[in-house]
Amino acid sequence: MSAQPSGTQAFLARFEGLREHLPGGRTPWVAQLRAEAAELFGAAGLPGRRIEAWRYTDLAPIAQAGFSEALTLVRETPALPPMRAPYRAVFVDGRFAENLSLLPGSYRCGSLAAGLDGAQGLLGALAEKLPLVALNTMLFEDGLLLDLPADTDGGVLELVSLASHTGRPIAFHPRHLIRIGDGASLTLIETSTGPAGAAYLHNPVFEIAVGAGATLSHVRIQREGRAGFQLSTVQAAVQAGGTYDNFTLNAGARLVRNEIHAALLGPKATCHMNGAQLAGDGQHADTTTFLDHAAPDCASRQTYKTVLAGKSRGVFQGKILVRQAAQRTDGYQMNQALLLSEEAEIDAKPQLEIYADDVKCSHGATVGALDEAQLFYLRARGIPAEQARAMLVQAFLVEAVEGVTNPIAQAALAEATEGWWEREAA
Amino acid sequence: MLKIEGLTAEIDGKPILKGIDLEIPTGEIHAIMGPNGSGKSTLSYVLSGREGYEITGGSATYNGLDLLAMEPEERAGSGVFLAFQYPVELPGVGNANFLRTAVNAVRKHKGEPEIDAMQFLKLARTKIKALQMSDDMLKRNVNVGFSGGEKKRNEVLQMALLEPTLAILDETDSGLDIDALKIVADGVNAMRGANFSSLVITHYQRLLDYIVPDRVHVLMGGRIVKSGGPELALALEAEGYAKVAA
Ligand SMILES: Nc1ncnc2c1ncn2[C@@H]1O[C@H](COP(=O)(O)OP(=O)(O)OP(=O)(O)O)[C@@H](O)[C@H]1O
Ligand SMILES: [Mg+2]
Repeated sequence: MSAQPSGTQAFLARFEGLREHLPGGRTPWVAQLRAEAAELFGAAGLPGRRIEAWRYTDLAPIAQAGFSEALTLVRETPALPPMRAPYRAVFVDGRFAENLSLLPGSYRCGSLAAGLDGAQGLLGALAEKLPLVALNTMLFEDGLLLDLPADTDGGVLELVSLASHTGRPIAFHPRHLIRIGDGASLTLIETSTGPAGAAYLHNPVFEIAVGAGATLSHVRIQREGRAGFQLSTVQAAVQAGGTYDNFTLNAGARLVRNEIHAALLGPKATCHMNGAQLAGDGQHADTTTFLDHAAPDCASRQTYKTVLAGKSRGVFQGKILVRQAAQRTDGYQMNQALLLSEEAEIDAKPQLEIYADDVKCSHGATVGALDEAQLFYLRARGIPAEQARAMLVQAFLVEAVEGVTNPIAQAALAEATEGWWEREAA
Repeated sequence: MLKIEGLTAEIDGKPILKGIDLEIPTGEIHAIMGPNGSGKSTLSYVLSGREGYEITGGSATYNGLDLLAMEPEERAGSGVFLAFQYPVELPGVGNANFLRTAVNAVRKHKGEPEIDAMQFLKLARTKIKALQMSDDMLKRNVNVGFSGGEKKRNEVLQMALLEPTLAILDETDSGLDIDALKIVADGVNAMRGANFSSLVITHYQRLLDYIVPDRVHVLMGGRIVKSGGPELALALEAEGYAKVAA
């Protein structure tokens, strides 16, 4: 596809034009990281479908969209979702919005651009050499810098990303650095939204370090506008006895690729990755996970549910790598798809790569339509067809959603999923 | 009044109902008996609106409504209830939520106000008690992991909550122990009245000792081949279908 280089070139050209003005543009170590990223991105380009990991998701629409930088004045700030947690950090077009935020004062939590000096050693520490991560490193303007000291209960924090109405297709690449100290715990509820008709690209990268015995519960609710794009990469490293839980709801965007990489680096670390993807007509939702079992006695659980309506496409790729050192690994992965239309398509690729001999690792996958007998049972009880379908869709999601136990997160999730089918069917 | 005339239906081109004529006047309870595969469940599905059945002829009206032209939920809203021979499991759907949604859907159809969770719980507890069921059933997923008998009781609970005016009970007695049979029969008898009709499908005369029918019909090969009073069930039990229907 010839459009691809043009997309890549456009991003590189933007970097050339902005490099001095980007945060840390004159700080040698930051400039160095950005330059290296530009080199990597320049060589790799926007990933094309010839690359195995990108076989099912075509970025041509992004290459062709001609996204420009978000360094414009915000003309109209979109409506803020209701605040549910005691604290929240709000980003508009990838930049920290202090006036919309309420931050905890008891630990370091705020704008990365403002605190870049203190991020040396953190920034890029967990980033893999992936083209989209490099794109982010090259162009990030801001992000969340959160450093929770050891043995602290950080409570619940909301991270909100809004795209504004600029009238132009913009791209923003926030970089979020999160460190949870040994024995500390935090629930992070992230919501990303944008205006319905606006074409924009949100390309966040998370670098998450979970300390020994620490817990991060990361709930992501992706409700980007239907013309928007989200390409997100989460890179989490979990030390001994630590827990990283990721739940991701993909409900918005024209195209989303949600890539989660978690490495279990110390004994008895745990990772839960659950998610639900709800895609309707014209939407493409891709969840790609990589679980790296690098230490013994670790456990991982993944449950993903994809519901597809209209002419939509869903992708689930899940790789579990069990390294030789990772004896007594307990790994499980399930992905299930529910197709509500004949035009919907799902591609699922589970992958186990095991080098240790004493492991318990399994995966499963199912694809199906709504059960006619169940639908009739509900309708025979007087429940109208669309409501009955909605109930069965909700029921299908239960196993993925029930892992979210924080009531604030549950409420946000319920709001995003309830009525989805009624809206799609309307 | 339920009025079925010359009803014929097929599945995948295979005729199953071959001309059913049946009238159940309002206030009456009729029983249908018949050998396995004779079309009893097919009739109950056709009356309640399940997809997959090609209606090739005849009609079915209920209080003047053309049942066959209505969606299943409209039929339910108009008072038709089917207790399934094989109740369907709904993993991920809580029984309480299911029951309340159904009750409110039917109430809405009738133009009655919806009831809230508290009101529903109160109502459900009363009915559950009458059926000697455990409150636990409300917390579980619909029919998931229920024993055969529990599923049947759950059907009767739904009937008691939805208060239909025409209840089709498809082998609701199968799989019930003797005590449960009496409880279920009491549940049906409690609804008996001038505005309640029922079509009771069963293989066992014993149920009809508890729910005494006004009429008994024998369905064989997709047709009603014989009708009579409650004594017909006794004759069937004693002599078998071949002889009685001959
Ligand atoms: N989906 C289907 N596809 C093909 N044949 C079917 C289907 N459903 C029912 N049948 C056939 O229709 C006939 C009538 O079935 P039905 O379930 O109505 O019988 P029944 O009288 O209720 O029997 P039982 O007493 O065993 O419950 C049977 O021969 C059955 O095999
Ligand atoms: Mg039957």
